[in-house]
Amino acid sequence: MKAIVRKYQIIVEETCREAGKDIHPSTRKAAAIAVIENPFKDGFSDDLEELMQIGAEMGDILGRKAVDALGISPTEAQSYGKAAIVGEAGELEHAAAVLHPRLGAPLRAAVEKGAALVPSSKKMGGIGTAIDVPLGHKDAAYVRSHFDAIEVRMSDGPRSGEILIAVAVTDSGRPLPRVGGLTHDEAKGEDGLR
Amino acid sequence: MFEVRKIVVSVDKTFHDGGPAADLPLIRGGACAIVRNPFAGDYVQDIAHGMDALTPLGEEMAGELIRAMGCPTEAVEAYGKGAIVGASGELEHGALWHVPGGYAMRRLLGETKAIVPSTKKVGRMGDAIDIPISHINAAYVRSHFSTMTLQVPDAPKDDEIVFCLAMATGGRIHDRMGGLSTNDVKGEDGLR
Repeated sequence: MKAIVRKYQIIVEETCREAGKDIHPSTRKAAAIAVIENPFKDGFSDDLEELMQIGAEMGDILGRKAVDALGISPTEAQSYGKAAIVGEAGELEHAAAVLHPRLGAPLRAAVEKGAALVPSSKKMGGIGTAIDVPLGHKDAAYVRSHFDAIEVRMSDGPRSGEILIAVAVTDSGRPLPRVGGLTHDEAKGEDGLR
Repeated sequence: MFEVRKIVVSVDKTFHDGGPAADLPLIRGGACAIVRNPFAGDYVQDIAHGMDALTPLGEEMAGELIRAMGCPTEAVEAYGKGAIVGASGELEHGALWHVPGGYAMRRLLGETKAIVPSTKKVGRMGDAIDIPISHINAAYVRSHFSTMTLQVPDAPKDDEIVFCLAMATGGRIHDRMGGLSTNDVKGEDGLR
């Protein structure tokens, strides 16, 4: 089953100054968002296979859109995250079906490697509902400078029978990291943790 | 150093979400501490000592949260954390919470193995934050990927920070996405 996409929205946040300091190079986060028709909007279904397939498709499309929006090569991506908001006619588990079984592999292909878990959030919501997409380093989850989030929302989605899906990719960590811990340069990126 | 204005604890109990009612309701709790941001207003280079200063607050909040949830520590299966920094502060001030917030829960729950997932943002009074939640000993347990949205109507003021912790007694109420289950957790590397 292919997703029936109503629209895409791409956000790029570029931080040039933070706390009165110039940031060189500026830090950048991109989020690619799709709002799709929920194939299970008409009632409870035990088998959510169609949404798992949509998850695979969206991991690829949204992962590439986010990397493209940053204008970087896949290997230059540093952190990532994913999220979904299910409209009122669905259930929270629909977000899990999109996000967890199959979205990760194509997203990891889009950022080349991705040894670490892709952090995620999910909720039920109506049009304009915001969601914080957690961000973590793509190869080593404990890189402390890269724990972050990006808030996304679509002004007219998700409608009741829709699901909003977001994938976020960055080319950097927080603008002024100084709380210690593992750094990007120290990370081995083999076990997904350190 | 971080003067506390108030602590807000909320607990929700879910019986079902349109599917069959669970044998035991899912209990989730969130604790928010509203503190004065000692670094608000000016850029301060050295802030890392704030992590130590926050350790007692993390421990107090984790304890209050468990008590409010009314369950033994062994019943907690998932956790998460987050921070909202008021407008006179800087995103990095939210990062001070990683060690004191995360390790307070990890110690209280018995030296848990898995990373505590998190979000952070700069925001204003009444802003909500989505706290990601995952399994305490094996981050890839699929049934336990969840989210708790927390909000304090009168915080953060510009010179405040809201530090958040969240815990849950289980995963999603109607989980049926397969993947690693709690029965198959090895609990050695924090992942599986």
